[in-house]
Amino acid sequence: MVKPTRVTNDIRALRASHGDITQAELAERIGVTRQTVIAIEQGKYSPTLELAFQIARVFGVPLDDVFHYPDGGQS
Amino acid sequence: MSLEERFTWVQGIIAIGGYVVYLAVLFGRAGDNLAATPYVDLMLWTIGGAIVAGIIGGAIVGATMRNHAKDSRDREIYRRGEAVGSSFVVVGALSALVLSWLEVDHFWIANAVYLCFVLSGILGFIAKSTMYRRGLPTW
Repeated sequence: MVKPTRVTNDIRALRASHGDITQAELAERIGVTRQTVIAIEQGKYSPTLELAFQIARVFGVPLDDVFHYPDGGQS
Repeated sequence: MSLEERFTWVQGIIAIGGYVVYLAVLFGRAGDNLAATPYVDLMLWTIGGAIVAGIIGGAIVGATMRNHAKDSRDREIYRRGEAVGSSFVVVGALSALVLSWLEVDHFWIANAVYLCFVLSGILGFIAKSTMYRRGLPTW
Protein backbone atom coordinates (compact mmCIF):
# COMPACT_ATOMS: atom_id res chain seq x y z
CA MET A 1 0.00 0.00 0.00
CA VAL A 2 1.43 3.34 -1.03
CA LYS A 3 1.43 5.74 1.90
CA PRO A 4 0.62 9.24 0.62
CA THR A 5 2.86 12.12 1.55
CA ARG A 6 1.61 14.44 4.31
CA VAL A 7 3.09 17.41 2.52
CA THR A 8 0.36 19.46 0.89
CA ASN A 9 0.77 22.35 -1.50
CA ASP A 10 -0.97 25.31 -3.08
CA ILE A 11 0.65 25.06 -6.48
CA ARG A 12 -2.65 24.88 -8.34
CA ALA A 13 -3.92 28.06 -6.63
CA LEU A 14 -0.60 29.81 -7.15
CA ARG A 15 -0.62 28.95 -10.84
CA ALA A 16 -4.09 30.43 -11.13
CA SER A 17 -3.17 33.60 -9.23
CA HIS A 18 -0.01 34.14 -11.28
CA GLY A 19 -1.57 34.57 -14.69
CA ASP A 20 -2.89 31.06 -15.11
CA ILE A 21 0.51 29.50 -15.60
CA THR A 22 -0.03 26.08 -17.13
CA GLN A 23 1.47 22.92 -15.71
CA ALA A 24 3.59 22.63 -18.86
CA GLU A 25 4.93 26.19 -18.45
CA LEU A 26 5.77 25.60 -14.80
CA ALA A 27 7.44 22.31 -15.70
CA GLU A 28 9.57 23.98 -18.34
CA ARG A 29 10.63 26.75 -15.97
CA ILE A 30 11.79 24.36 -13.25
CA GLY A 31 13.22 21.78 -15.64
CA VAL A 32 10.96 18.79 -15.01
CA THR A 33 8.29 16.95 -16.99
CA ARG A 34 4.64 18.03 -16.88
CA GLN A 35 3.84 14.64 -15.32
CA THR A 36 6.09 15.51 -12.39
CA VAL A 37 4.29 18.81 -11.82
CA ILE A 38 0.98 16.92 -11.88
CA ALA A 39 2.33 14.34 -9.41
CA ILE A 40 3.54 17.11 -7.06
CA GLU A 41 0.21 18.95 -7.25
CA GLN A 42 -1.70 15.75 -6.47
CA GLY A 43 0.58 14.89 -3.55
CA LYS A 44 1.89 11.77 -5.27
CA TYR A 45 5.47 12.97 -5.21
CA SER A 46 7.36 15.03 -2.66
CA PRO A 47 9.80 17.19 -4.61
CA THR A 48 13.43 17.48 -3.65
CA LEU A 49 14.28 20.50 -1.51
CA GLU A 50 15.99 22.11 -4.49
CA LEU A 51 12.93 21.61 -6.68
CA ALA A 52 10.66 22.98 -3.94
CA PHE A 53 12.76 26.16 -3.78
CA GLN A 54 12.65 26.47 -7.57
CA ILE A 55 8.85 26.24 -7.53
CA ALA A 56 8.60 28.87 -4.81
CA ARG A 57 10.96 31.13 -6.75
CA VAL A 58 8.81 30.91 -9.89
CA PHE A 59 5.89 32.32 -7.88
CA GLY A 60 8.08 34.76 -5.96
CA VAL A 61 6.86 33.54 -2.57
CA PRO A 62 8.49 31.86 0.47
CA LEU A 63 8.60 28.06 0.57
CA ASP A 64 5.99 28.02 3.35
CA ASP A 65 3.47 29.68 1.05
CA VAL A 66 3.75 26.80 -1.40
CA PHE A 67 4.22 23.69 0.75
CA HIS A 68 2.63 22.85 4.09
CA TYR A 69 3.21 20.13 6.63
CA PRO A 70 0.62 19.43 9.37
CA ASP A 71 1.50 20.20 12.98
CA GLY A 72 2.48 17.14 15.01
CA GLY A 73 3.36 15.33 11.78
CA GLN A 74 6.15 13.21 13.22
CA SER A 75 4.50 9.79 12.74
CA MET B 1 2.67 9.50 -19.97
CA SER B 2 6.29 10.62 -19.79
CA LEU B 3 9.08 9.17 -21.93
CA GLU B 4 10.58 7.25 -19.02
CA GLU B 5 7.19 5.73 -18.12
CA ARG B 6 6.80 4.58 -21.73
CA PHE B 7 10.27 3.05 -21.61
CA THR B 8 9.19 1.19 -18.47
CA TRP B 9 6.16 -0.23 -20.29
CA VAL B 10 8.26 -1.25 -23.29
CA GLN B 11 10.69 -3.11 -21.04
CA GLY B 12 7.87 -4.77 -19.08
CA ILE B 13 6.08 -5.97 -22.21
CA ILE B 14 9.34 -7.29 -23.67
CA ALA B 15 10.22 -9.11 -20.43
CA ILE B 16 6.84 -10.85 -20.33
CA GLY B 17 6.55 -11.41 -24.10
CA GLY B 18 10.08 -12.75 -24.42
CA TYR B 19 9.55 -15.35 -21.72
CA VAL B 20 6.17 -16.39 -23.14
CA VAL B 21 7.85 -16.97 -26.52
CA TYR B 22 10.66 -18.91 -24.84
CA LEU B 23 8.23 -21.18 -22.99
CA ALA B 24 6.03 -21.69 -26.06
CA VAL B 25 8.97 -22.79 -28.24
CA LEU B 26 10.52 -24.84 -25.43
CA PHE B 27 7.34 -26.82 -24.78
CA GLY B 28 6.86 -27.15 -28.54
CA ARG B 29 10.26 -28.85 -28.74
CA ALA B 30 9.82 -30.94 -25.62
CA GLY B 31 9.40 -34.67 -25.76
CA ASP B 32 8.73 -37.03 -22.90
CA ASN B 33 11.68 -35.73 -20.89
CA LEU B 34 11.55 -31.94 -20.59
CA ALA B 35 15.05 -31.76 -19.13
CA ALA B 36 16.45 -33.36 -22.29
CA THR B 37 15.00 -30.60 -24.49
CA PRO B 38 17.64 -28.49 -26.28
CA TYR B 39 17.30 -25.04 -24.75
CA VAL B 40 20.63 -23.18 -24.91
CA ASP B 41 20.21 -21.81 -28.43
CA LEU B 42 16.60 -20.86 -27.67
CA MET B 43 17.58 -19.08 -24.47
CA LEU B 44 20.35 -17.17 -26.22
CA TRP B 45 18.03 -16.13 -29.06
CA THR B 46 15.34 -15.06 -26.60
CA ILE B 47 17.75 -12.98 -24.50
CA GLY B 48 19.36 -11.48 -27.61
CA GLY B 49 15.94 -10.82 -29.14
CA ALA B 50 14.78 -9.07 -25.97
CA ILE B 51 17.84 -6.81 -26.01
CA VAL B 52 17.31 -5.92 -29.67
CA ALA B 53 13.55 -5.44 -29.13
CA GLY B 54 14.32 -3.15 -26.19
CA ILE B 55 16.65 -1.01 -28.31
CA ILE B 56 14.18 -0.83 -31.20
CA GLY B 57 11.20 -0.24 -28.90
CA GLY B 58 13.08 2.48 -27.05
CA ALA B 59 14.05 4.16 -30.32
CA ILE B 60 10.45 4.08 -31.57
CA VAL B 61 9.09 5.48 -28.30
CA GLY B 62 11.80 8.15 -28.28
CA ALA B 63 11.02 9.15 -31.86
CA THR B 64 7.33 9.63 -31.07
CA MET B 65 7.96 11.97 -28.12
CA ARG B 66 8.94 15.62 -28.36
CA ASN B 67 9.96 16.00 -24.74
CA HIS B 68 12.93 13.78 -23.83
CA ALA B 69 13.37 15.31 -20.39
CA LYS B 70 14.24 13.04 -17.47
CA ASP B 71 13.90 14.54 -14.02
CA SER B 72 14.44 13.71 -10.35
CA ARG B 73 11.12 11.85 -10.11
CA ASP B 74 12.05 9.60 -13.04
CA ARG B 75 15.43 8.89 -11.50
CA GLU B 76 13.89 8.13 -8.09
CA ILE B 77 11.31 5.76 -9.58
CA TYR B 78 14.00 4.04 -11.65
CA ARG B 79 16.26 3.60 -8.63
CA ARG B 80 13.52 2.20 -6.39
CA GLY B 81 12.11 -0.02 -9.15
CA GLU B 82 15.53 -1.51 -9.88
CA ALA B 83 16.07 -2.12 -6.16
CA VAL B 84 12.78 -4.04 -5.96
CA GLY B 85 13.50 -6.05 -9.12
CA SER B 86 17.07 -6.91 -8.17
CA SER B 87 15.82 -8.93 -5.20
CA PHE B 88 14.96 -11.68 -7.65
CA VAL B 89 18.49 -11.71 -9.04
CA VAL B 90 19.61 -12.72 -5.56
CA VAL B 91 16.88 -15.38 -5.44
CA GLY B 92 18.11 -16.65 -8.84
CA ALA B 93 21.70 -16.89 -7.63
CA LEU B 94 20.66 -18.70 -4.47
CA SER B 95 18.41 -21.11 -6.38
CA ALA B 96 21.29 -21.94 -8.75
CA LEU B 97 23.55 -22.56 -5.76
CA VAL B 98 21.07 -24.87 -4.04
CA LEU B 99 20.21 -26.75 -7.24
CA SER B 100 23.89 -27.31 -8.01
CA TRP B 101 24.45 -28.65 -4.48
CA LEU B 102 21.66 -31.10 -5.18
CA GLU B 103 23.34 -32.00 -8.50
CA VAL B 104 20.16 -31.24 -10.42
CA ASP B 105 20.35 -31.36 -14.23
CA HIS B 106 21.86 -28.19 -15.71
CA PHE B 107 18.59 -27.63 -17.63
CA TRP B 108 16.80 -26.84 -14.39
CA ILE B 109 19.62 -24.68 -13.03
CA ALA B 110 19.77 -22.57 -16.19
CA ASN B 111 16.01 -22.24 -16.34
CA ALA B 112 15.73 -21.32 -12.68
CA VAL B 113 18.28 -18.54 -13.16
CA TYR B 114 16.58 -17.36 -16.35
CA LEU B 115 13.16 -17.37 -14.68
CA CYS B 116 14.52 -15.24 -11.84
CA PHE B 117 16.01 -12.76 -14.32
CA VAL B 118 12.60 -12.51 -15.99
CA LEU B 119 10.81 -12.16 -12.64
CA SER B 120 13.31 -9.47 -11.69
CA GLY B 121 12.37 -7.53 -14.81
CA ILE B 122 8.64 -8.05 -14.29
CA LEU B 123 8.76 -7.12 -10.61
CA GLY B 124 10.78 -4.00 -11.44
CA PHE B 125 8.25 -3.12 -14.15
CA ILE B 126 5.30 -3.54 -11.75
CA ALA B 127 7.03 -1.45 -9.08
CA LYS B 128 7.93 1.35 -11.51
CA SER B 129 4.57 1.49 -13.28
CA THR B 130 2.78 1.49 -9.89
CA MET B 131 4.94 4.37 -8.65
CA TYR B 132 4.27 6.31 -11.86
CA ARG B 133 0.50 5.82 -11.48
CA ARG B 134 -0.04 5.93 -7.72
CA GLY B 135 2.91 7.93 -6.48
CA LEU B 136 6.11 7.22 -4.61
CA PRO B 137 5.78 5.64 -1.19
CA THR B 138 7.01 7.80 1.66
CA TRP B 139 8.41 5.13 3.94
